[in-house]
Amino acid sequence: MNASPSASLVVATERPVPFRFLNSLAPARLRRSLRLAIKSLWLHRLRSLLTVLGIVFGVCSVIAMLAIGEGASYEAQEQIKNLGSQNVILHSVKPPEEQKVSEKGSESYVLQYGLSYTDLKSIRSTISGVSILVPSRIMHEYVWNISRRVDCDIVGTVPWYPEMRNHHIARGRFFTDVDMEASASVCVLGADTAQALFPLDSPLGRDVRVGGDYYRVIGVMEPRGKAMKTEESQSGAKAAAQEMFIPLETAKTRYGEVLMKFRSGSFSAERVQLHEVTIKVANREQVLQVAEAVKAVLKHHHKKKDYEVVVPLELLKRAERTKQIFNIVLGSIAAISLLVGGIGIMNIMLATVTERTREIGIRRALGAKRRDIITQFLVEAVMLSGVGGLFGVALGITIPLLVTWFAAMKTIITLWSPIMAFSISGLVGVAFGLYPALRAANMDPVEALRHE
Amino acid sequence: MAASIVQLHEIRKTYQMGLVTVEALRGVSIDIRAKEYVSIMGPSGCGKSTLLNLLGCLDRPSSGRYVLGSDDISQLDDNALSSVRGTRLGFIFQSYNLIQQLTVVENIEVPLYYQGWPEAESRGLAKDVAMRVGLADRLDHKPYELSGGQQQRVAIARALVNDPLIILADEPTGNLDSASGVEILRIFDDLNRQGKTIIMVTHDPGVADHSSRTIRLRDGLIESDLKNGK
Repeated sequence: MNASPSASLVVATERPVPFRFLNSLAPARLRRSLRLAIKSLWLHRLRSLLTVLGIVFGVCSVIAMLAIGEGASYEAQEQIKNLGSQNVILHSVKPPEEQKVSEKGSESYVLQYGLSYTDLKSIRSTISGVSILVPSRIMHEYVWNISRRVDCDIVGTVPWYPEMRNHHIARGRFFTDVDMEASASVCVLGADTAQALFPLDSPLGRDVRVGGDYYRVIGVMEPRGKAMKTEESQSGAKAAAQEMFIPLETAKTRYGEVLMKFRSGSFSAERVQLHEVTIKVANREQVLQVAEAVKAVLKHHHKKKDYEVVVPLELLKRAERTKQIFNIVLGSIAAISLLVGGIGIMNIMLATVTERTREIGIRRALGAKRRDIITQFLVEAVMLSGVGGLFGVALGITIPLLVTWFAAMKTIITLWSPIMAFSISGLVGVAFGLYPALRAANMDPVEALRHE
Repeated sequence: MAASIVQLHEIRKTYQMGLVTVEALRGVSIDIRAKEYVSIMGPSGCGKSTLLNLLGCLDRPSSGRYVLGSDDISQLDDNALSSVRGTRLGFIFQSYNLIQQLTVVENIEVPLYYQGWPEAESRGLAKDVAMRVGLADRLDHKPYELSGGQQQRVAIARALVNDPLIILADEPTGNLDSASGVEILRIFDDLNRQGKTIIMVTHDPGVADHSSRTIRLRDGLIESDLKNGK
């Protein structure tokens, strides 16, 4: 009943329609939808670009901020981890100035404070689960190599210090029990100290001078942690300080228990038995309990608060919590910036739909179903946000690299942050493109064709 | 005589405009057979646009029956109507209604795209049809680079590409100069001679003279339905 195929103008399409049930996600169709979307977006280049920028900055800020935050918290955690997560560290602390003055008047010029061997004994005898104790004395002196001088913390300690503090030997060896017993004049230099005193050759086997005593260098430590040194290392942080390690017994015999200091005419003396004690707790779960018990014991033995208890695990937990809060804040900022980007997309898509009402009418008249129209506009919205996401990821990866390069701040780009930011940008496209697309699809074809 | 491919039976269409109910069509019955060339005339507001929209499955009648081919389509849902438009109808509008961001050949392909044709086949067919309406050298031009007559020929090619049962034309020469108008009408004549069924709305008696049958509407009713002596 239809046209004759021989005719010149009438096209005889005898072939059946290949697939009536169009699957809008079939690769070939999707490719054509994408091409159509590119054409439509290209028609309004500037507008599309500006819309995309909203998403670019959103995604970029998420990745960059996460990377910088991650880097900062990594640095903090690394410093804490160097202290050993199973350790409880006690420091002697010089009591406040007022007390010193009053004591000066009443007793002697020798100021006595801090942790003592008695404390050590009572901790060992009363608290269970304490495995090794590392007592150390810390003297502040100049260390010399001929004419080179380094202002250095001389740490008198025990042979098992390296494993306790997670601070290992790089070259040579640490001193042993034998050196301990013999009060041998040997020393191990910190990495920075070795570098400062022996910039050109190996310090191993050489001697360094402290006051009138010579020490043979038998080892060099690894640099502390992988954390980068920053110019503004906090006043309290000793991480960057120069260090030299000698056996505790050697320190005892050389320095006794009274430290004397002559400074610009004045003289002061301090009597401190132990500057630092590291307690290793056998079981990680018990660290906090042991710390509490240690605090109780010390409180009992000390009249004044001339000590300080540092629990790295506690610090670590606090750092983790800080990081969590940081991430939540960051997440909200990211969500807001992407939301703003999404609103931009919705705004533009609504304008586009109104502007192209006629086109929608034409397409409907030519056989487009509602879902074809939805697909068309949704693909455009997702393309805007997807392209924004891609550029955002590129920029978000570049910025932390620049920050590291110029500001010497550590940044860490985790694998999941670009992936997450990109997929959220895609979701934003769908979420904010859906309403305009539905509006387009629900237009009355007759009205749409009449529009102008 | 060929079988009837369009049967309208007591078609009514009412619009609600605010508080007023407008009766655009008040019981129209038409029977159109294959290969007929029908023009619909009437003063503005007589309901001829409404009738064309109903014939074109862009709208549904308030009551009455519409049989296209052998199927009653007066009660089909939106998706089904879209399919009917895409497979059995070809539209030609007064203002061409080409999609501006697409080239000539891509515009012609649009109906095939929505029928799920693979790209290679639909591209080939679109080129064939474009050549037959004399647009072989304009395939990659954008609509705004073409004259009115050329644009209307693109629209004709687009209406033909899916090999429809009927071609619906709404004032196809309304925006054209007389020379282009004549050219378009000649294409219509050729199409009809080759067996295409054409339904055309016009207000120009000269244009209506090309058709084999003229239906005049007035106030939503058929005033006259005459065969043209040609």
